[in-house]
Parts: sequence; structure tokens; C-alpha cells
Amino acid sequence: MNAYYLSILQGSLLTVAVSLCSLVVAVVLGLLGAAARLSGRPVAVALGTAYTSVIRGIPDLVVMLLVFYGGTMGLNHVMELMGSKRVVDINPFIAGVLTLGFIYGAYMTETFRGAILAIPKGQSEAALAFGMGRPQTFLRIIAPQMVRYALPGFTNNWLVLIKSTALVSLIGLKEMTYLSKQASAATRSPFEFFLFSAALFLVFTSVSLYVLRKMNARYSLGTRRVEL
Amino acid sequence: MKWDVIFEAKNLALYGEGILTTLGLLFSSLGVGAVLALVFALALTSRSAPLRAVVGAYTYVVRGTPLLIQVYLIYYGLGQLEWIQARWDDVWPWTHFKEPFFCALLAFSLNTAGYSAEMLAGAIRETSAGELEAAQAYGMGRWQILWRIVLPSAMRRSLPAYSNEVVMMLQSTSLASAVPSMMDVTAAASRVYSDYYLPFEAYLFAAGIYLLATFVLIGFFKIAERHFLAYLTPREN
Repeated sequence: MNAYYLSILQGSLLTVAVSLCSLVVAVVLGLLGAAARLSGRPVAVALGTAYTSVIRGIPDLVVMLLVFYGGTMGLNHVMELMGSKRVVDINPFIAGVLTLGFIYGAYMTETFRGAILAIPKGQSEAALAFGMGRPQTFLRIIAPQMVRYALPGFTNNWLVLIKSTALVSLIGLKEMTYLSKQASAATRSPFEFFLFSAALFLVFTSVSLYVLRKMNARYSLGTRRVEL
Repeated sequence: MKWDVIFEAKNLALYGEGILTTLGLLFSSLGVGAVLALVFALALTSRSAPLRAVVGAYTYVVRGTPLLIQVYLIYYGLGQLEWIQARWDDVWPWTHFKEPFFCALLAFSLNTAGYSAEMLAGAIRETSAGELEAAQAYGMGRWQILWRIVLPSAMRRSLPAYSNEVVMMLQSTSLASAVPSMMDVTAAASRVYSDYYLPFEAYLFAAGIYLLATFVLIGFFKIAERHFLAYLTPREN
């Protein structure tokens, strides 16, 4: 019995790994998406808008199945065209990370876009007037202030993302949801194992919430708060 | 791409069945969830500290754990409890625990109730003090104030957030496909995929259905907001 709990605990490391890797992909895509939507170039704006509105209208699970099964087939088709006889299987970890990153990139795009829009335009104009280039303006002026405005939305997205990693178990990644399902099938006592992994998820979300609230307090230093 | 396979009568019927299941799950869980959410929101804003703590803990757990695990807990987990096993053959409410639809519905309702309750509770707390004072000055009792003043305006103000929750719920119903023998849109797509080995067509078609349903729901909520929140829109001239 204890061995099952131990394996679920080990699986939770995989859950954390999937979450963090997807987060990196999502943040990169979110920054690119926000840059595209704010660029003012019609093609980029249209692409960015299509990305966020389409992805947010399709269930994560469907996108994941599409990438995993469709991606495997597409990849094998390409390999065949290139004359290779090898059959490739997409690793569920990579499929999961790419899919979750792609999906939450859309949510991050909206968060980052909102955060950048919340910074007064005078800030970047002043930076330009000081002779800073665009990258310098972004790194020194926009990015630090963007963190402040983006953190609440970022926190929400991250919490939803952690919980979505449970879906990766459906394409066969042996993370904690998968392991607890196996353990419950083997021992015929599903209640304990699902409760255990639910508790682990609760620990992850609680810790994240705590850390991100601290960060939020740190980045909100110097803002004036008005109490009604 | 072989789209003609998707449009064969047999497979269209499969997707049709899926749409009915998905919409049935969505609307019944939203209905049950809304009733529960109202009760929970009143508890969250009540004067009794223990009540607030209990319901607060409930929403914290529901919102902090994945829906998939909640579905598993109810579908696989509850069936393990001897207390329920002893009853699910003949004692009325427990006979439903053998039905996948009921288990999925229960999980979804409890989940959406947790999220919606926090939304509504937030809106109730934000009710401006002046409105309450005016109601008290008119001599209304506590329940009368709640029923006539607080709830109508809190529900209106939580409408935009609730529309997000409804769209999230539509997408969450795809998790029903993780329960064996549930034929929702995602499960229909998986069936078509495994029958014909056409992953792109099968899942893209399902994605299109969800996308369409999302846009219809969002459109509906836009109309509802224009109606119910008309008094909050800025004057045009």
C-alpha cells in the first residue's frame, strides 16, 4: 500500500515539471502574442487575435488529443515522405508541455496585453526622449512595471495551468493522476489514492498562492491604496 | 484529409449524440450549480463565522484541485464506500451512483457551484452601503433587503464573470469523456478517431463544434448583459 503512495509522490515531481515547463512556453508565447497584438501591424494583430480567441474557445483536452494523436500521425507522415522507415512516437511529456504551453500562452497573451496597456504611455515616451532604444525601453521601463499589473492575472493562469496538468494523464504521461488511477485499479480502493493526489494538488496550489501573494505585495510597493 | 468520412450519416449521428450529451451535461450542471451557488454564497456572506469557514473551505478545496480528480473521486471513489455500496442497488438516491451521467453531473455541479459561489459572494460584499441603508430606512427586514435589493443587483453585477464560468464549464464537459460509456462531443471524436484513424478530422470537427458553442454562448451573454446591465452603461449623449 505504502509503495503506491510513494510512487504517486514521485509522480507529483513530474506534475511540477510539466507545469513549470509549460509555464515557460506559455510566458514566451504570451509575450510574443502580446507584442503581436500591440504591434499595430494588421497581419500580426489579426494573427494574435485569432490565436487567443480560437484557443480559448476549444477545450484543453481536445487540443491535447489533437496534438498528441494528430501530431504523431503528421510526424510519421513527414518521416515517410522523407524516406525514413522509422516510426516515431511523440513523447507524452513533450506533447503535454507543448499543448499546455500553447493553450496558456493564449491566456497569458491577454494578461500581458492588459498589463502593458495599463502602463501610462508617457512612460515609454519619456524613455524615448531619454534616447533609449525600443529593447532598452522594454527591459528597463515596461517590463518591471508590467510585472506589477500582470501578477494577478498571471496567478490565476498559473493555478488553472497546474490543475490542467491532470489532463496529461489521459494521453499516458505517468504523473500523479495517472499513477493514482493505476493504484486504485490495482488495489480496488480508489478513494484514498484520488484523495491523496487531490491533497497534493491542493498543496501545490496553496504554496503557489502564498508565494505569488508575497510577490504581488513586493511588486505593489509604492502604489497608493484607497480604502472606501 | 478525408472530411467525407466525418460527414457520413453514421458519424454525424455520433457527433449529434455527443452534442446532446454535452449540452445536457452543461445546462443541467449549470442549473444545479446555480442553486447550490446561491446557497453557498449566502453562507459565505452570512453572519455566522463557522458557516463561513465551512463553505469557504469547500470552495477552496474545489477550486484548488483538478476537476478530473473530482470526477474520478465521485465516479470511482464513492462506489468504493461500503455505505453507498450497500444502498446503490435499491435505496433511491444512491441507485444513481451507478450511472456515469449522474456521476459526471454531480462532479460538474459541485465544481461550478464552488466557483460561482465565490463570484456571487464577491458581488454581494460589494453592494454599496448606501443601498442597504436606504432599504433599512424604508423599514425592510433582512430577508426582504436580501431578496429585493442585494441579490438582484449582485446577480446582475456578477453576470460578466459568470459568462466566463459558463464558457469554462462548456469546455470542462469534455472531461466527461474520461468516464467510460459517456458519449459527449470529445468522446464521439475519440470514437471516430479510433474507428478510422483520422485524428485531425475527428478532433478538428469536435473543436469546431466547441468553438461554435462558445461563440453562441458569448453572444447570448452579450445580449443578456446589454439587457440586465443597461443601467451601468455610460450615457451616449
